[in-house]
Amino acid sequence: MSSLEVFLTTLGMAFITLACRSFFLLPKQDLPMPPWLREGLRHAPIAALAAVVAPELVMTQGHLIDTWRDARIFGALAGLAFYAWRRSLFGTIICGTGAMLALRFTLGW
Amino acid sequence: MVRRPMFREGAIEALPMAIGVVAWGLVAGVAMAKSDMGVPLAILMSVVVYAGSAQIASLPLIAADAPMWVVWATTLCVSLRFMAFSFHYRPYFAHLPRRRRIALSFLMGDTNFVLFVRRFPEFRPGDQHEDYFLGSALVTFGAWQLSIITGIVAGHGIPASWGIGFAGTMALLALTCTQLRSPVSSVAAVVAGCAAVAAYALPLKLNIIVAIAAAVAVGVLADRAGAKA
Repeated sequence: MSSLEVFLTTLGMAFITLACRSFFLLPKQDLPMPPWLREGLRHAPIAALAAVVAPELVMTQGHLIDTWRDARIFGALAGLAFYAWRRSLFGTIICGTGAMLALRFTLGW
Repeated sequence: MVRRPMFREGAIEALPMAIGVVAWGLVAGVAMAKSDMGVPLAILMSVVVYAGSAQIASLPLIAADAPMWVVWATTLCVSLRFMAFSFHYRPYFAHLPRRRRIALSFLMGDTNFVLFVRRFPEFRPGDQHEDYFLGSALVTFGAWQLSIITGIVAGHGIPASWGIGFAGTMALLALTCTQLRSPVSSVAAVVAGCAAVAAYALPLKLNIIVAIAAAVAVGVLADRAGAKA
């Protein structure tokens, strides 16, 4: 793409992300919505987060990993264990990343 | 503003999460530096789009000279979760003037959304929601912009093997954990994770939409089954 095209693409992306972010904040009246959807949307944020995280943990180059010797899996398990133990967001990040790096640099996983 | 107690509380609670934000910002910045779009455009995109996953998703498309609408459609799919966030924020912010709502919308992100719902599980009139939101959102925004611009400028000096991107993934994992408030929400998370992996081959990052739809559907069915039992 030329610089001008990248520039226009960027402006479009800015508009789209802002439109999504403000979608339910902009209208004056509540948008009409069936109650089941209103209830169901409560699960949407956690679903979106899980949908972003899961492929990062178990996929490489668009393919499911075919070995359990992957440092990311154990890093994630260490992070989950720490969260279950202490409920600390910060500790979960440190513990999970530390476990992943330890396995990668000692065992080469 | 900085002296307001709820602004401070939001800012302080966002600080520990900043390490995940910074790690991810660096990774996104390095990816942008290596995309050959040039430093000024990369910085412009970071500032006006302010959505790491959308930016990273757009890079290979821009590099491959994909049509603009393909980049935009991908951005839309990746950004749909923001729509879910804005749905949750509505009761807290609907009374504010329109400009204010748009400004707050721009600052929405994964980290401050999770901190916000943890701090205010239910809407109670009189709470200083906006101060807390601004405190956590501005800390996150600052940490993100500093780190992504560092990544863009320092670019090639940061080797991929350090795996700093994993800290960002761990931050998202921790955020996901805080949302596990009922058995149904755990099921929804597992369904979404599996669906996102299974549908990964779909173009335009549609796998995220498939995952959200599947999880919402399972959540609705499970809630109904629970209500009848």
